[in-house]
Amino acid sequence: MTHQPLLLRIVKEPMAVSLLSVLILAAFLVPMLNLMLPSDSAFHVPSYVVTLLGKYLTYALLALSVDLVWGYCGILSLGHGAFFALGGYAMGMYMMRQIGDRGVYGNAELPDFMVFLNWQELPWYWYGFDSFGFAMLMVVLVPGLLAFVFGWFAFRSRVTGVYLSIITQAMTYALLLAFFRNDMGFGGNNGLTDFKDILGFGLQTDGMRATLFFLSAMAVVTGYLVCRFIVDSRLGRVIVAIRDAESRTRFLGYRVEYYKLFVFTVSAVLAGIAGALYVPQVGIINPSEFSPANSIEIVIWVALGGRGSLTGPIIGALVVNYAKSYFTGALPEVWLFMLGGLFIFSTLFLPKGLVGTKAISDAFEEQRLRLAKFLRPYDYAEGGEGR
Amino acid sequence: MLSKTLAMRWLVVLSVFIGLGFGSSTPAHADEFSDAVQALNADNNTDKAAAIEALSATGDERAATVLSALLNGTLFYRQSDGLVVLSKESGNVTILIDPSTMNEVADVSGSEAKKIRINNKLRGQLKGVLGALTLLSKDADKRQNAADEVFKANDPSMLPVLQKAIARESDPDVKGRMLRAQAAIILEYSEDTAARLKAAQTLGEFTDPDISALLGKIANTSTDPEVKKLAKDMQDSVEGRLAAWSFLGNLFQGVSLGSVLLLAAVGLAITFGVMGVINMAHGEMVMLGAYTTFMVQDVIRTHFPAAFDWSLAIAVPAAFLVTGAVGILVERGIIRWLYGRPLETLLATWGLSLMLQQLIRTLFGPTNQEVGNPSWMSGAIETSTGLVLTYNRIWIIVFSLAVLGMLALVTRKTMFGLQMRAVTQNRAMANSMGIRSGWVDALTFALGSGIAGMAGVALSQIDNVSPNLGQTYIIDSFMVVVFGGVGNLWGTLVGAFSLGIVNKFLEPYAGAVLGKIFVLVGIILFIQKRPRGLFALKGRSVEG
Amino acid sequence: MNKPHASNTILYLDGVSVSFDGFKALNDLSLYVEEGELRAIIGPNGAGKTTMMDVITGKTRPDKGDVIFNGGVDLTQLDEAAIANLGIGRKFQKPTVFENHTVFDNLELALKGHRRPQSSLFFRLSGEQQYRINEVLGIIALTDVHMMQAGSLSHGQKQWLEIGMLLMQDPDLLLVDEPVAGMTDAETEATAVLLKDIAKTRSVVVVEHDMVFVKSLDCRVNVLHEGSVLAEGSLDVVQQNEQVIEVYLGR
Repeated sequence: MTHQPLLLRIVKEPMAVSLLSVLILAAFLVPMLNLMLPSDSAFHVPSYVVTLLGKYLTYALLALSVDLVWGYCGILSLGHGAFFALGGYAMGMYMMRQIGDRGVYGNAELPDFMVFLNWQELPWYWYGFDSFGFAMLMVVLVPGLLAFVFGWFAFRSRVTGVYLSIITQAMTYALLLAFFRNDMGFGGNNGLTDFKDILGFGLQTDGMRATLFFLSAMAVVTGYLVCRFIVDSRLGRVIVAIRDAESRTRFLGYRVEYYKLFVFTVSAVLAGIAGALYVPQVGIINPSEFSPANSIEIVIWVALGGRGSLTGPIIGALVVNYAKSYFTGALPEVWLFMLGGLFIFSTLFLPKGLVGTKAISDAFEEQRLRLAKFLRPYDYAEGGEGR
Repeated sequence: MLSKTLAMRWLVVLSVFIGLGFGSSTPAHADEFSDAVQALNADNNTDKAAAIEALSATGDERAATVLSALLNGTLFYRQSDGLVVLSKESGNVTILIDPSTMNEVADVSGSEAKKIRINNKLRGQLKGVLGALTLLSKDADKRQNAADEVFKANDPSMLPVLQKAIARESDPDVKGRMLRAQAAIILEYSEDTAARLKAAQTLGEFTDPDISALLGKIANTSTDPEVKKLAKDMQDSVEGRLAAWSFLGNLFQGVSLGSVLLLAAVGLAITFGVMGVINMAHGEMVMLGAYTTFMVQDVIRTHFPAAFDWSLAIAVPAAFLVTGAVGILVERGIIRWLYGRPLETLLATWGLSLMLQQLIRTLFGPTNQEVGNPSWMSGAIETSTGLVLTYNRIWIIVFSLAVLGMLALVTRKTMFGLQMRAVTQNRAMANSMGIRSGWVDALTFALGSGIAGMAGVALSQIDNVSPNLGQTYIIDSFMVVVFGGVGNLWGTLVGAFSLGIVNKFLEPYAGAVLGKIFVLVGIILFIQKRPRGLFALKGRSVEG
Repeated sequence: MNKPHASNTILYLDGVSVSFDGFKALNDLSLYVEEGELRAIIGPNGAGKTTMMDVITGKTRPDKGDVIFNGGVDLTQLDEAAIANLGIGRKFQKPTVFENHTVFDNLELALKGHRRPQSSLFFRLSGEQQYRINEVLGIIALTDVHMMQAGSLSHGQKQWLEIGMLLMQDPDLLLVDEPVAGMTDAETEATAVLLKDIAKTRSVVVVEHDMVFVKSLDCRVNVLHEGSVLAEGSLDVVQQNEQVIEVYLGR
């Protein structure tokens, strides 16, 4: 299969095709239904729904990033919320600088919280965040660098399994404590908020909301393609080999730590991008995003959807977060019971997640065979699937 | 705050005592005394200060009653003629008493009496003077407290009384305190270099932050070079000893935090260390233990209030049984299906922790529950050197070590411990020898959970009992187990205490939050060096 | 047993000791394997056979002693990957293949060279490499099942797949830990033939319990006991050794 181009490989999989087409369709259709139809039309999508869906999509990208390390490389990161939050903070810092003198204190030099804390000048690490390009670079670079440094130490010393999970959790917990401190210069407890605009376009405008939704949807599609390219490559086969038999892989001569480091860093970058898209849509970033509980929740999206498949985590993130929005509104008492139950249920009864359940995989397998025969009738005439 | 109000209360008691004991023994000075009392009703504070001085100089025992009334705001004067009177609550009415005769003043109505006002400076003077007056008390404890009051006031006018008291004093400890007060007065106010040098020498033997401050002040301000130098040297020596005491204080804080960590982590050392099960709901087991304590105390409060001091003795086994039973349910219901899949176990137990938290929130509400300290756990040992050892912390240290010791005995000396180790090392072999490994698993998990519950009883004494109690400890307990090395109780002990102590020693320099961050980062780096912890098992079998 | 010079051997272990918490897994072990030699190691459980393999392949660091490969490379300074890339292949006691990969992918992953993550992202199999994989598939008789997941192979097939992966690595020295455990007699016989065939072009060290199999290898044998070599020679010779009879065969 490896010799075929990426798109052709995807086309042979009905589940991936369905999901990606829905995402691409939504990327165009939802903004159009929001912007072009009058608000009393039955097909009009209200702006708050656009933003809500956009938020879910950033979660989907985040879930995808966790799946890449956990589902394919066996690294259960309980600290991916940290990369998400760092990407978000980088975006938040850019938007804080965009406020300029429109803040409560009207100080053009300093964000409001710094004026409030009697800071005299901008800390050096805020330099450059006036520039959109620089901020976008940081969105990618900061989480990537943290993952690289953390991974370099952890993987080189062969910290694996639950030990790795626990220290990733310690990492995000340490960051949580650090960002709570006012003198870190990231707004302390309250974080960064009161954003006005990006590149001069108001955040509250329908156009901006639609654009962010479109970008989020396309980010998920792109994230899928990137992950797909990685897992289908020889590198992808090596990381699965590491997941299944790490020391065997070593004895074959692979430097396991480099492979882990690569996927961990790529994954952190994806999480950072997700965070950067998330913050303008929810309008705030604060230290609670670093809380270990958040990071574990991401894992359950992946587990429920189906790890080790790239469609699973996207579906899982969308399903769980829709349920969360619905139940925290309708039955707030019940939600934590449901979420807790979901953890237990999916680990006990759905080891391969929703997409791995027999009913669903059988249905799609049938579609796949039909499609494959349609595309490459000769392979099937010979009785093999061909490579 | 607390010590201040205590001192006030004490003064009130004292004044009543003196009033009753010596009330009418010295009528000879009646005129001198009543004049001095009358002088307290002066127009300005300077005159009032002089009057206080004069009243105390009379040496009349009734002076203490009047002066403490002045300090407590119960000394009044009659507006018509300025007669100074004491007021006293008697039932709902206030009666006024002539201090000279201790008789009720019949023809004064409450509204005609005006309070004699004092300022903070006078208040300080009053405390010192009252102290000096009680220096001659028969009760050694009162004399000791008085000596400390005089030392704090550091007022040269008290020197004569003080010297008289020193001459009479027989208790060496009280005498030491009096000498300290005397030395402080001499060092600050005397003109005699030799006396001052001797005083500095005397003070240098005490270990007290106030003395260090006084010596520092003299070292900076004195014009006498000899005194200046000696004061400086003595201050350094006091500071040196104070640093040692503060080190001990930090050590105690660290050991105390360590014992809390140990309690929270030792159950994990069983479930994670022995069984390899990552129980993220471990913190919630601790929380359930704390709520069991609350329930036990609730029952005792309403039905057997006299037995309140025994509430913890009942709560410990109760919590063990409750959380142990929950542990069995959890192991049989969830965990046994997930053996060999540690990451899945981690997720499932996390889900369980969310459900338990929400359950408790639904049943008891999200707010903190009131859990009381039995009388033997309240209070503290305090030294003059600033060291405070609270009894509840001391008991928790003892309790944590006892729990660890019991656990070590159970795992090493009992049949159950033997079976537990057999199942961990070779399940198939254990099974074939007739050990029901399923039940051993369940009981081992119950043991770990039960210990968490007992930890909850202890933590309920020092922390808020709320549904989030467990969340506070879960990451720290994992750090302890990972740092100490899995499967090793000794490692857990060393891990808990070293993390506790390091944390408390970092705090003064870095602050609590930053200190904690340093510890976390330290552990993350440590794991790189020793991925299996401080006391790791080595060998082929570990890698699996 | 006279001590050769390190430069004449493919594998040179001299005075190697390893202890775990006071237990001496290897105790002053010395063993020399010459180039192109087939060597069998036997010994009771706990004699240190697997620990010896761990030391050679870099999984365990010896407390003391020399481990020298190919006349001059000090293996104690290298990690598993570096040692594997030097040309030492290892087959585990329990067959370890990548169960979620196909037989073909298992062999492809073992293919010599191409160990860097950067290049593996854009790696394409060349015709020559494809040919080599098919060749090995033929040798280990798994051509028919090459698209099956390795996890669904029989125990014996997994053993052979693992030997096939060793062949793909094209090593100078193969360390083979209990290759015929769980095999039928016919499979055992075939494996002996295969290993003898492999030993024609490279050095092979086989650890095995099965005496019939060791006999059929027809090579020099070392007997390990309590972490050191008790006897060395042909199987017939060591079987006559009284000490060996006492500690191992005679039990």
